[in-house]
Amino acid sequence: MSTLSIEQIKESFPVLQQQVHGKDLVYMDNAATTQKPQVVLDCLNNFYCKDYATVHRGAYLLSEKATSLFEAVRGKVAQFINAQKEKEIIYVKGTTEAINLVANSWGRKNLKEGDEVLISAMEHHANIVPWQMVCEDVGAVLKVIPMDDKGELIMEEFYALLSERTKFVSVVHVSNALGTINPVKEICQAAKSVGAVSLVDGAQSTAHMKVDVQDMGCDFFAFSSHKIYGPSGAGALYGRYELLKAMPPWQGGGDMIYTVSFEKTEYADPPARFEAGTPAITEIIGMGAAIDYLSSLGMDFVAEKEDELLRYGTAALKEIEGLRLIGEASKKAGVLSFVLDKAHPHDIATIVDGEGVSIRAGHHCAQPVMTRFNIPATARASLAIYNTKKDIDALVRALRIVNDIF
Amino acid sequence: MAYSNELYQQVILDHNRKPRNFRKIEEPTHVCPGHNPLCGDHITVYIHTEGDVVSDVSFEGSGCAISKASASMMTESVKGKTLAEVKKMFEEFHGMLMGELDVDQDQHKLGKLSLFQGVKQYSSRVKCAALSWHALVGALDLKTEISTE
Ligand SMILES: Cc1ncc(COP(=O)(O)O)c(C=O)c1O
Repeated sequence: MSTLSIEQIKESFPVLQQQVHGKDLVYMDNAATTQKPQVVLDCLNNFYCKDYATVHRGAYLLSEKATSLFEAVRGKVAQFINAQKEKEIIYVKGTTEAINLVANSWGRKNLKEGDEVLISAMEHHANIVPWQMVCEDVGAVLKVIPMDDKGELIMEEFYALLSERTKFVSVVHVSNALGTINPVKEICQAAKSVGAVSLVDGAQSTAHMKVDVQDMGCDFFAFSSHKIYGPSGAGALYGRYELLKAMPPWQGGGDMIYTVSFEKTEYADPPARFEAGTPAITEIIGMGAAIDYLSSLGMDFVAEKEDELLRYGTAALKEIEGLRLIGEASKKAGVLSFVLDKAHPHDIATIVDGEGVSIRAGHHCAQPVMTRFNIPATARASLAIYNTKKDIDALVRALRIVNDIF
Repeated sequence: MAYSNELYQQVILDHNRKPRNFRKIEEPTHVCPGHNPLCGDHITVYIHTEGDVVSDVSFEGSGCAISKASASMMTESVKGKTLAEVKKMFEEFHGMLMGELDVDQDQHKLGKLSLFQGVKQYSSRVKCAALSWHALVGALDLKTEISTE
């Protein structure tokens, strides 16, 4: 457990040490992407300066060093999310690619006409569109678990939707638009009880709480490096080995084969089967450094600090005239989505930016969530481990300016 | 003085609060919905022309202050103008947003529409200011040099 103060943590993120529009930068668009600590930047730089080469192929020292650094990240990821085996970790570009991999490989092999895939009303487009595409092609039906006005899934409706027709359940762990932490353990268990396979979209949870895929009981789990203080262009898909072993490749190319002739190709075992082509070598290694960084802080410390800040921020925002929080689930992670009576989210974001505060305005790639709450967009401040109470105070001051202007 | 006040000037805020010509025209000669999927802004422009003169123009919809104020001020500016004048005004307005026309240096007939010059510093907001204008020229089917993507 870390003994660092949040101010000390903030100091290790170079990009945060600057001013924008003449004001100290307050970065609160962390649900979109997080900033990188010096240790991750050093890792990328060191690797490029000292060890860079291709992986898995070269019969020379440099490539062997690169390969061993690259492969070592698999073990780090496995340990970080408590997977049983390293070979259950597949390197991907990010959450989007991970879900597309599962939908296309597992989905196209196993889904038949009349089968049902269950997702939730608060999914990111990345966990909607790949399923829509596959369902449409094979004649399966996509069903949606509804949510209530607080932004919590209605579990009775989930159980009512679940049947022996349900073949796959794919839900988001933490909603990027609302902050809701979903009861994924219960959902995965229920899925299993009807023989369905489950995926948990961990894009928004992995940097903010302890993830244990075995305890969760999910069959697949996906996350993106760039949301856990690592580089963009990398991520991981966890899959239970038994399932991965039975899945066909979804992209063909180098590295994913055992032998190739023009008559027949034998595919490599997972994870290589799903890693065609030269991977994002440096970015994957940087993801390993980000995992080391988070582990050194301790995920319990991270979760506790962020929860404290979320509660501080929630109380502070509620004091602002005409502000309505969107998403008030009893279990929430660091997302403050809101609308103001007098100002449109885009005007809010532009004006608070003028005060140095970077927040997002829009539908957050979750248009069905906006439709559910009957709003075109929200303004969203999303928290990370380097955000302080002073950051929240700066946001509150900026929002009062918005109210003054309108 | 806060940086953003350059954008949120009193006139613009006033048009946002009390948009002019914010109504439907019952029997328009032209209608065009404008939609910005990025921010969820929806603005429909209604036009009535007599000969080649815009005799009435109005709008409905919802959006941010910039898109609403821009639509409101647009309706005031183009009412009574000929189609050729409207087209010219659109090109000037668009040029200003793209930083190609400097309203302080170059000749133009934008009048108070030049208040929107601050928008050009916010690339993500240019579409907000341009939305109603694209709907307008789309409705009138005016061939302009400018692509609307
Ligand atoms: C909940 C959720 N799922 C999936 C994604 C997609 O992640 P990426 O763009 O890194 O593939 C995001 C990112 O915005 C997200 O918030």
